[in-house]
Amino acid sequence: MSEPLIDQAVLQATLDRALRAGGDFAEVFVEDRRSSSARFDDGRVEELVSGRDRGAGLRVVRGDTTGFAHTADLSPEGLAAASDAAAAAARGGGGGTKTVALSRQVNAARVGDDLVIAPETVEKARKVDLLRRADAAAREQGGAISSVTASYADAHRRILVANSDGLLADDDQVRTRMMVQCVATGDTGMQTGYEAPGRTMGFELFDSIEPEQVGRTAATRALSLLDAVPAPTGRIPVVLRRGAGGVLFHEACGHGLEADHIYKDASVFTGDLGNLVASPLVTLVDDGTYGREWGTLTIDDEGHPAQRNVLIENGVLTEYMWDLLRARKEGHASSGNGRRETYKHLPMPRMTNTFVLEGDTDPDAIVQGLEYGLYCVQLGGGQVNPATGDFVFGVTEAYLIENGEITRPVRAAQLIGNGPDVLRGIDAVGNDFDTWTGMCGKNGQSVPVSSGQPTVLVREMTVGGTAA
Amino acid sequence: MSELIEIARRVASAARSGEQVEAYVVRSRETEVEVFGGEVESLTTAVIEGIGIRVVADHRQGYAWAGSLDASVIDETLRDARDNASFGEPDEWYALAGPADVNGTTAPILNLWRDELAAVTTDEKVRIALDLDHATRAADPRIRNVEATGYGDSLTEAAIANSLGVESEQRRTTCSASSSAIADDGSGARTGYGFVAGRQLSDLDLESVPIDAATRACRLLGARPIPGRRIPVILDPLVTRSVLGVLSSAFNGESVLKGRSLFAGRAGELIGAPHVTVLDDPTDPRALGAGTHDSEGVPTRPFTLIANGVLQGFLQNVYTGRRSGAGTTGSAVRGYTSTPGVGVRALRLEPGVHSPEEIMASVPEALYVQSVSGLHSGTNPISGDFSVGAEGLMVRGGAFAEPVREVTIASTLQRMLLDLADVGADLTFLPGAVAGMTVLVSEMTLSGE
Repeated sequence: MSEPLIDQAVLQATLDRALRAGGDFAEVFVEDRRSSSARFDDGRVEELVSGRDRGAGLRVVRGDTTGFAHTADLSPEGLAAASDAAAAAARGGGGGTKTVALSRQVNAARVGDDLVIAPETVEKARKVDLLRRADAAAREQGGAISSVTASYADAHRRILVANSDGLLADDDQVRTRMMVQCVATGDTGMQTGYEAPGRTMGFELFDSIEPEQVGRTAATRALSLLDAVPAPTGRIPVVLRRGAGGVLFHEACGHGLEADHIYKDASVFTGDLGNLVASPLVTLVDDGTYGREWGTLTIDDEGHPAQRNVLIENGVLTEYMWDLLRARKEGHASSGNGRRETYKHLPMPRMTNTFVLEGDTDPDAIVQGLEYGLYCVQLGGGQVNPATGDFVFGVTEAYLIENGEITRPVRAAQLIGNGPDVLRGIDAVGNDFDTWTGMCGKNGQSVPVSSGQPTVLVREMTVGGTAA
Repeated sequence: MSELIEIARRVASAARSGEQVEAYVVRSRETEVEVFGGEVESLTTAVIEGIGIRVVADHRQGYAWAGSLDASVIDETLRDARDNASFGEPDEWYALAGPADVNGTTAPILNLWRDELAAVTTDEKVRIALDLDHATRAADPRIRNVEATGYGDSLTEAAIANSLGVESEQRRTTCSASSSAIADDGSGARTGYGFVAGRQLSDLDLESVPIDAATRACRLLGARPIPGRRIPVILDPLVTRSVLGVLSSAFNGESVLKGRSLFAGRAGELIGAPHVTVLDDPTDPRALGAGTHDSEGVPTRPFTLIANGVLQGFLQNVYTGRRSGAGTTGSAVRGYTSTPGVGVRALRLEPGVHSPEEIMASVPEALYVQSVSGLHSGTNPISGDFSVGAEGLMVRGGAFAEPVREVTIASTLQRMLLDLADVGADLTFLPGAVAGMTVLVSEMTLSGE
């Protein structure tokens, strides 16, 4: 790292100060985040925004109580004040420990790190040009395209973590994303289509993603929905095309396997370790080291190296996702899933890149084997109640399957199911694979994640359409 | 407080000849206590500050923000905003709020700040959360666990100043408490949520929180999916609020300009049932989103969106008001990290005359929806598609019957407005920009077993 965000001696002094009145653990998390975005709407560059947020979050833990304070003032005085506030906030609990001298952790090198084109080195005109190209390509798809919005966003985040166990770790993270939303207008009203790829990389993203293709995909989606019929109702078989439906697993069991929900007895999977919780065709991993996906990390926001964690293996629940405090409390190791939105937030167990691994079935055979069903190409996000396991996800591009063939597009609808039931009802897993970029919200904090899966057949789910 | 307006003025006065500059400055003192298992799980105290600077020059607009009010950071932010403006495309309608946008309107006088809240000690706040956790556990023997209990408050100040002489300062306090209970009698876990909000502690009916959380969780015990059908639906106030919130972007003048509003070009037409009147009224102090000025410094005023089912017009900020010719309605909204958009701050359906019980008794059978899920993944304010997960209870003969879960309810937003058969008298102000009450929608498609 070029120049440390905060001097090591200052960090050590801050940690010592935080624990001088007692406590089991203290941490300083420093973040310097620069972001920029551009929006192209209505045929013109509409908005260019840049922002900077830099500060530190101080945690002091005593027993089961965490005191937390944050500050934008990174001077020794500013940090001391935050440290005092966090210590005061933690004073309900007991415990006492001294800090261990900081020793710098060297991160595992990531393939391609030297290829990152930092966003601040790219002229704004080039960023805007991507959007112009996407807009033009989208409009060319059809005269019924009545509105196109294309946007670009990047974030360059430097983090530094120091804690009373002696950990000192830092990282430099760049993320870049492009989004296109199109509106098509026809006899049945307006329909929308969008596409929003993103990766944990810099401007070199556009060596592999073509803005015109993003525009065309979004426009084609909107146009095809002009012929859509109302989605069906009732419980029917659902096929999720590769890459579309990772959200299903994210909601069906992802959140339920976060160690805080588990150990607060607020997850439907609490106590299920070692049990068959899904079809034996399902192997689910959360892998923060996978390529340059949107959820990829070198270290998490507590300084722990990212890992590949196998959560469900051939249907058996094998592991949860852990952050540092929950791991300490349960006598376990962190799994590299301690994440926070910014320095102003407390970390908690979060997903990174959550995938179902490919299986053996030919994806075409999955469709051909169904008399009737729903073929989902793009999902639109979802929600789960981890305590009950009930979850939903929206479908933004889907088609009917009739007699083994993909037929008419259907209007957007929500699908609902119960996590354990749906997981046990996975009847086929294809031999293909793709991923999906998204933002995951939990307790008011949003973090970048990806979901991935092969083409998957769910025996049945309730589809919330309006067709009689 | 005057410190923030001084910062904003200093930035605005740095405008060069031919340039307009606006600064939006905020500072918020926040406290949040989370309790679990009878102990304080976390206690957070923080001061959040930020500035957003808008520059308009040669009809181009640029924006930059920073999470600090340090002078050198502000200077850098102004430079970035100018740089961004130089890359924008010219648009004749770009401009900041000027005297013409604010003359002739008087800002309401609202007292949204409570010194009493500022005087509450952290220990008292912790005590509130601990007591709530205890009371929720004790509220019913079927409560297996309390997933989260919390208290939070914020004391917020904001100031706007621009180089055309438009200025405003506002401050307000808000506080809230909530509890999330998990009930289980062996038939499966069900959850229920209780929460209250206000401007000071004495506004909070704290005793209702554990009762609501426990009642709502326990009455769903044994819930099952039911076969699909078309059915009348009664929405709980919290659900009504969520649905209105999704619908609100269709009343946004920016959506209209961009061809993304369901109701574009339909002013004067019947778009709702005849007793449906909807307005956005940030001058109403009961609304937690109330304010004297919008986030461009323009005074707020009540604006009727739908009167007796007929669409009246759309909300505007300075840009959309000029471009459409309608003029600003004082509806600019934003945080400091973005340019002003257009939005509601205190949206409500005008209440009707029937109580929730009278509404329940008015139909032979209905589904009472206690909560919905997937609101953002299942609703599309541009196409109008509406499909969400739902849980609640069947209602027959005016009384709750069997509990229901794992079903969806679907329709379109356009259809739901026309099918709003009754609006309850139980107007409830909740945190955020939208109030709720019990409503009856005459028909939605339920999908279940």
